[in-house]
Amino acid sequence: MNNQMEARMVARYLWRVIAYSLLVIMALIFLIPVYMVVVTSLKEAAEAGREATAWDLPSKLNFESFETVWEDLAPNLRNSFLLVSAATVISALVGSMNGYVLAKWRVPGASIFFPLMLFGMFIPYQSILIPLFKFMDNVNLYGGLPGLVLVHVVYGIPITTLIFRNFYVDIPNELLEAGAIDGAGFFGIYTKLVFPLSLPGFVVVVIWQFTQIWNEFLFAVTLVKDRWQPITVPLAETAGGISVNWNQPMAGAILAAIPTLFVYIVMGRWFIRGLLAGSIKG
Amino acid sequence: MYNRKDKTIAFLMISPSLILLAIFVYFFIGQTAWYSVSDWGVDPATALKKGVEKNYVGLDNYHTLMSSASDYEFRLAFISTFYFTIFFLGSCLILGFFLAFLLDQRIKGEGVFRTIFLFPMSLSFVVTGTIWNWLLKPRGGLNILPNKIFGADPLEYKWLNSDSTLFKFEWMQGGNLFYLGIALFAFALFTFVAQKRSLSWFWVVAAGLVLWLISAAGFWGKIWLPIDDPVRDIGTYQGYGYNAALSGIVIAATWQMAGYVMALFLAGIRGISEELREAARVDGCAEWQVYMHIILPQLRPIALSAIIILGHISLKIFDLVYAMTGIDNKYVKVPGILMIKGFRSNEWARSSAVAMVMLFAISLVIIPYLWSNLRTEKR
Repeated sequence: MNNQMEARMVARYLWRVIAYSLLVIMALIFLIPVYMVVVTSLKEAAEAGREATAWDLPSKLNFESFETVWEDLAPNLRNSFLLVSAATVISALVGSMNGYVLAKWRVPGASIFFPLMLFGMFIPYQSILIPLFKFMDNVNLYGGLPGLVLVHVVYGIPITTLIFRNFYVDIPNELLEAGAIDGAGFFGIYTKLVFPLSLPGFVVVVIWQFTQIWNEFLFAVTLVKDRWQPITVPLAETAGGISVNWNQPMAGAILAAIPTLFVYIVMGRWFIRGLLAGSIKG
Repeated sequence: MYNRKDKTIAFLMISPSLILLAIFVYFFIGQTAWYSVSDWGVDPATALKKGVEKNYVGLDNYHTLMSSASDYEFRLAFISTFYFTIFFLGSCLILGFFLAFLLDQRIKGEGVFRTIFLFPMSLSFVVTGTIWNWLLKPRGGLNILPNKIFGADPLEYKWLNSDSTLFKFEWMQGGNLFYLGIALFAFALFTFVAQKRSLSWFWVVAAGLVLWLISAAGFWGKIWLPIDDPVRDIGTYQGYGYNAALSGIVIAATWQMAGYVMALFLAGIRGISEELREAARVDGCAEWQVYMHIILPQLRPIALSAIIILGHISLKIFDLVYAMTGIDNKYVKVPGILMIKGFRSNEWARSSAVAMVMLFAISLVIIPYLWSNLRTEKR
């Protein structure tokens, strides 16, 4: 009896050792690219381009890549920040209003247009690109940031509406009915009862849209002119070039990654909620 | 509370969004569909003229895509993307489940591990692509890692510049039975995973309708694949199959998305009550049996969600490929890139046709998913 229990203890202990070692190994594998980026970005140009010594630590620390890249990419970073802040705020407000309507007001036809709305977030944007491009050109929005903001707001409607709708469905109807008895109408209920409860919904949506728009590439590369390009465009182009000093794309990648990484690390829990919301029901 | 005035206001408040989406999604798709059956830009001289007359040419553009020697790269890209989707899905699901399983073992510091596995999700595909482009250099990065750690010979795998085609099949000569077989297999697989018979019927009816439309409209001869492949004679012909230069992209994409699958599975596992698992243990189930009989079956709907989400990402993959290989790469080609390439060289009709093929492939996956999701929600 005693022996049996002991054997089970040993087995359990062994299993825990194996599980931890597997986890550590996997974590190291996942971190390989991080090591590579940091090490390469800190080398000087000639050393960074040498493939054979790619894994070695820099022979001496060198921040020249960050200086160059900062000079080149600062305007693009600014574009990205302008784009992201405008588009995120607008699309969160639009999504909140839509979600409120869909969750709490039985609008006729909702069961038809809601799925039609959601379909919009799955389409390959190539399938609307040519008409969109023509349209933007015709209304003089091609080439600058306002046009790109509009595009991100419009194609963000499905996901922001979905997240807010699912969030508002959980607010008890009795609460709103009590508000209605007190004489509040459509807007009164929204501003006095729903909006104050919306903070978590806004956090999820803002994080989601911030990350999505910051990281977006297809519209950025086709709908704006050079000087208004967000950070992803010049980054993709330097990396795809033929003779590159690899310390620069790596430093650029770090610059482009910092804002979203920061959001992820500080507000990871909310980030994951957004992820799960993106799969419709989670 | 729901008086008529407020209801009208509610509808008015949501209608701008509906109108915008009606234009930006459905009207634009309609326009693309029209361009794809027109001759706009087929003659490069008139491609950029404003107000140029576009003529209806039926399915000629699709026919060219499916049969001309110059569009061999499109067909190879399209087939490769299906293989890519399978490999990417497979590796993400296996790795994601494995990580979720490990993290479910009452691990100390679970939060740290979770953060590490999930952080690539927060990066742009462009950032990921830039990094992996460097990691997959032929004479550096992963290829020399075994050498650095164990002193083994460096690998010489061509992650991104292989010109070989694997898992070839002669799609031109498969015949109807071959495609019927594939369709039946996909059908069976889908029924198995989704375990929803009504959904499968949706597929059958939808496929039947499409086939009927095609044959009724007399398009069959135009889009059905020609038996003689003119490409055989050109130098770059490699057959149809998986373009091995996509392997590097599978790795990068898996690195980025496996954590997402892990998060989905972990949320699913945590949603299963501990009591249920305990009951199974009391009944004498070993830990692996608990996983086999209690946990895995309950994760099925989550696996389906993951398959759909990742599947549609990979069918339209673009940014990652662009950042890793550029747009004019000789080896790596996917439809998303070819469409943009056509867009840039003003081949409006042709790139519209490519885009419509992409949309069609993705709709086959997404529409049943949305349909079943919203149906179950209503119940």
